[in-house]
Amino acid sequence: MSFFVDSVIMFTSQVLFFGFGWLFFMRQLFKDYEVRQYVVQVVFSITFAFSCTMFELIIFEILGVLSSTSRYFHWKLNLYVILLVLIFVVPFYIGYFVVSNIRLLQRQRLLFSCVVWFTFMYFFWKLGDPFPILSPKHGILSIEQLISRVGVIGVTLMALLSGFGAVNCPYTYMSYFLRNVTDSDILALERRLLQTMDMIVSKKKRIAMTRRQMYQRGEEQNKQTGFWGMIKSVTSSPSGSETDLSLIQQEVDALEELSRQLFLETVDLQATKERIEYSKTFQGKYFNFLGYFFSIYCVWKIFMATINIVFDRVGKTDPVTRGIEITVNYLGIQFDVKFWSQHISFILVGIIIVTSIRGLLITLTKFFYAISSSKSSNVIVLVLAQIMGMYFVSSVLLMRMSMPLEYRTIVTEVLGELQFNFYHRWFDVIFLVSALSSILFLYLAHKQAPEKHMTL
Amino acid sequence: MASLDRVKVLVLGDSGVGKSSLVHLLCQNQVLGNPSWTVGCSVDVRVHDYKEGTPEEKTCYIELWDVGGSVDSASSVKSTRAVFYNSVNGIILVHDLTNKKSSQNLNPWSLEALSKDSSPTGIIVSNGDYDREQFAENSVPLLLIGTKFDQIPENKRNDVLTRTAFLSEDFNAEEINLDCTNPRYLAAGSSNAVKLSRFFDKVIEKRYFTRDPSQMQSFTDRRRFNFKSLHND
Repeated sequence: MSFFVDSVIMFTSQVLFFGFGWLFFMRQLFKDYEVRQYVVQVVFSITFAFSCTMFELIIFEILGVLSSTSRYFHWKLNLYVILLVLIFVVPFYIGYFVVSNIRLLQRQRLLFSCVVWFTFMYFFWKLGDPFPILSPKHGILSIEQLISRVGVIGVTLMALLSGFGAVNCPYTYMSYFLRNVTDSDILALERRLLQTMDMIVSKKKRIAMTRRQMYQRGEEQNKQTGFWGMIKSVTSSPSGSETDLSLIQQEVDALEELSRQLFLETVDLQATKERIEYSKTFQGKYFNFLGYFFSIYCVWKIFMATINIVFDRVGKTDPVTRGIEITVNYLGIQFDVKFWSQHISFILVGIIIVTSIRGLLITLTKFFYAISSSKSSNVIVLVLAQIMGMYFVSSVLLMRMSMPLEYRTIVTEVLGELQFNFYHRWFDVIFLVSALSSILFLYLAHKQAPEKHMTL
Repeated sequence: MASLDRVKVLVLGDSGVGKSSLVHLLCQNQVLGNPSWTVGCSVDVRVHDYKEGTPEEKTCYIELWDVGGSVDSASSVKSTRAVFYNSVNGIILVHDLTNKKSSQNLNPWSLEALSKDSSPTGIIVSNGDYDREQFAENSVPLLLIGTKFDQIPENKRNDVLTRTAFLSEDFNAEEINLDCTNPRYLAAGSSNAVKLSRFFDKVIEKRYFTRDPSQMQSFTDRRRFNFKSLHND
C-alpha cells in the first residue's frame, strides 16, 4: 500500500517537473520562434523532468521520506528511463532533424538518421577505452557500461563550465576590471561609424550609377561564372568602367568590414558604460563585494585541485561530517551529531542542486540565443537537452562525495560499482585546465581592449 | 539627379527573416547566394525611377539600411542601433510568413525606430499593443513584406494571407508577400512591383516636399503638413 502511495507522490512530482520544463521551453528558449515540432518540446521536458526527479530522490534519501524499498525502485526506474532518453531518443532525433535540414538527404530521412545514430553509438562506445572506468567483472551489456560513459562526458562538461564560471564570475562582478569609458568616447565612435556608413553609401551610389550607364549603353556583360567563364575572362580584357567598378567594390568591402568592427566596438563601450553605472548603485556595490569573496574562493579551488592531482589525494570524508568533527573536537561545542548532520547536508545538497540547475539553465539560454537561427533551433535545443541530461546525471555522481556515508550507499548501490575516485580526479584535471585557460583568455581579451581604445 | 538629397529607408525585422536577401534582390536584381548574419548595419542603394512613365520622371537613389539584431537584444546593442535611425524617410517591415512570432515582433521594431526622437525617458507608448490611431497619424511611409512565401503549404495559404491582411491594416501600410530566392515575384508589371514602386514614390514625395530640417515625424509630433493631401492613392 505504501508503495502505491509513494509511486503516486513520485508521479505527481514528475508531472510538475515536466510542466516546469515545458513552460521554460516556451517562455524562455523559444520566445522568438514558433514551435512546429512538438516532439522537440516533449523530449526536452521529459529530459528535464527525469533529471530533476533524480535530485528529488537524493533529497528524499537525506530526509528519509518514503520507504527505502520504493526509493530504491524509483531510483532504478528513473535511471533506466534517463539513460534510454539520453542514449537512444535524443541522439536519434538530433540526427533526424540535422538530416531534415539537408535538402539532398530529404527522401531517406529515417535511413540516414539511423546511420547517424549508429555512428554516434560507435564513438560513444569507443569513448570508454582510454579511461580506467570499469572493473573487469562487468559484462558487455551491463548498465554500468552506459553510465560510466555518460559520466565521463557529463563530468567533462561540468568541469569545463565550472572552471570558466569560477574565473568569469569575479571578473564580471568586480569593478576593478572595468575600463574607464566616457560619453565622449562613445560619441566619437558613433560619429566614425556614421561617417563610414556615409562613405559606403556614396561609393555604392557610384557603382549603381556606373552600372546603369553601362546597362544603357549595352556594355553590361553577364558575370562569367564556372570553369569556362574563368578561362574566357583571362583572354578578354575588361572595359574601363569595369575595372573602375571592381576597384570601388574592393573599397566598399573594406569599408563594410570597418563598419562592422566599429559597430562591435561601440556596443562594447556602451555595455561597459552601463556596467560602470550599475556598479555605482547599491546592488552593484553588493556584487562587487561578492566578487572579491568569489575570487578568493576561486583561487582556493584551483589550489585544492592542484594539490589533489599532485599528491594523488582522494577525499574520504564529506565537508559536512568534517565540519561537524572540527566544531566538536576543536571548538568543543556539543550537539546532536546525527540530527544536525542530516539537516545541514540537506541544506548543503539543496543549495548545490538549486544553483547548479539555475546556473545551467541560464547558461543554456544564453548559448541558445547566441547561436540559434530559425532553421537550426530544433537541433540546438535537442543538443542542449542532451547536455543538460548528462550534466545532471554526472552531478549526482559527483555529489556522492558531498554527502555523509549513510546517504551515500543508495547512490553507490544504484549506479553500480563505478570507479568514483576516477571521476573526481578527472573533474579536478579538467577544472584546472578550464580555469587556467579562462584566466589566460580573459587576460588577453582585457589587455587588447584598452589598447584599441587608446588608438582612437 | 537627386545626388545631393538623401532618401533613407530602414529595413527592419527579426533575425533570419530574410532582410539581407530582400535588400540584395531589391538593389542588385539578383538572388543572394550565401546569406550570413548581418552584424551592425549593411547599406545598399536602389536606383528608382520616380514617377516612371510620366514627363516628370526622375532617377533617384534610395538607400536601404538593413539593421540586424532582435527586439530582445541587450540595451547596449539597442542604444548603438539607435544611431542608424536618424532622419528616416521610410520603413520596410519584414516578417517571416512561416513564423508568427516574427510578425508579432514587428510592432516593437517599428516603435523602436519611430520613437527614437521622442522624449529622453523613452518610448511614449506603454504596452506595445497595436494602436491604429498612432499608426494612422504616423507620417513615415511603411511597407510590410512577408518572406518565405514558397515555404507555406497550399492548404495554409489562405489563413496566412488573412492574417497578414489584418497586420497591414494595423500598420496602415501596403503589403507584399514574396520569396527572396525567386526574382519572379518582383517582375516588372506584377502587382508587387507596382506596390513597391508606389511605396518608393511616396517616400520620395515626402522627402522632397518637406522643407523642415527635422526629417522624421514621430508619434509626439503633432504638426500637420499640407502634403498629407498628396497621400490619396
